[in-house]
Amino acid sequence: MTGGAATPGFGHQLRHQLPLLVWLVLVWNLLWGTWSWANLLSGMLVALAVTLLLPLPPVVGGARVRPLPLLRFLGHFLVDLVSSGALVAWQTVRPRGIDRSAIITVQLRTDSDLLLTILTESLTLVPGSMVIELDRERQVIALHVLHVQDESDVERQRAAVLAEEERVVRAFGSPDEIAALDAAPGESPAGTGRRTP
Amino acid sequence: MSAVEGIGDVVAVVLLLLGAFLCLTAGLGLVRFPDVLTRMHAGTKPQVLGVLAIMVGAAIRLQGWSATWMLLLVAAFQMLTAPVSAHMISRVAYRRRHVRRDRLLVDELHTGGEVRDSVYRGDEPADAPPEQPAEALLQSRREDRADGRTAQPPS
Repeated sequence: MTGGAATPGFGHQLRHQLPLLVWLVLVWNLLWGTWSWANLLSGMLVALAVTLLLPLPPVVGGARVRPLPLLRFLGHFLVDLVSSGALVAWQTVRPRGIDRSAIITVQLRTDSDLLLTILTESLTLVPGSMVIELDRERQVIALHVLHVQDESDVERQRAAVLAEEERVVRAFGSPDEIAALDAAPGESPAGTGRRTP
Repeated sequence: MSAVEGIGDVVAVVLLLLGAFLCLTAGLGLVRFPDVLTRMHAGTKPQVLGVLAIMVGAAIRLQGWSATWMLLLVAAFQMLTAPVSAHMISRVAYRRRHVRRDRLLVDELHTGGEVRDSVYRGDEPADAPPEQPAEALLQSRREDRADGRTAQPPS
């Protein structure tokens, strides 16, 4: 399996694995706590061994990082993280407990493993929502929403999910994916194009 | 010099106490919330925020960069792994019907199969037998008919 994967070109494969390698070296150095050339070299050895012995499918293909949208995403995320933590903490300690909850489905417009992963992780940490199911084929996400009182709360939550998706895609997505955001949201599941490679 | 250290200590103490309180509310939520899905909310959000606050407080109090790097790693992996584990647990819980449906406003994921699982009202596994099977089945059929659903397949 690894031999077959090596044939399309070592450079191509290295470019896809490079973020993972850098991350592993970084973690190794942070674990040691002090910076030295020995740590850097041994970290590179360990990272190479890990990526060669335990190969993972490349995920990072075609991702970019745009600084300004990234800052916007991170800012929103931090505010949401703090407010959701405070909100749920308040709901646990207040005497009357929690209200009713809901399970909603949202039609997403993104079609990328990496973006969906980032979106799912951040959605679980922002107010009220937790992902329980992700239909990869139809790009439908199902969330459990804590604390809803009526339909307008549900719609507000749905709009919040779509806004979060837009922030994630604008921060990390390729130009195609940003263009897909502006397309009509209803047409993507039935459309014939946009297949994952 | 000492004033700066004093302020740093005060901030660190406040953050540590705040983090400890948030972790306490996470535990409280596990006890007080009605079912698995809502408990997972309590187990992720205040707990992650609490761990982050404790990490920042400890980073202020513990001088020396090597401890700080370790705390940074702990915070990063906490934020990466807590949503994943909560997702996996709640996904299994939903599929095994550990859901208090009486506390749900809407359930858009539930596709409404041939016969609803309204026999199982509470927080119990899908394969737990009802108390009185025949009675439960009859009641489920009655409720389906009252809802205008047809339990019989179109033949």
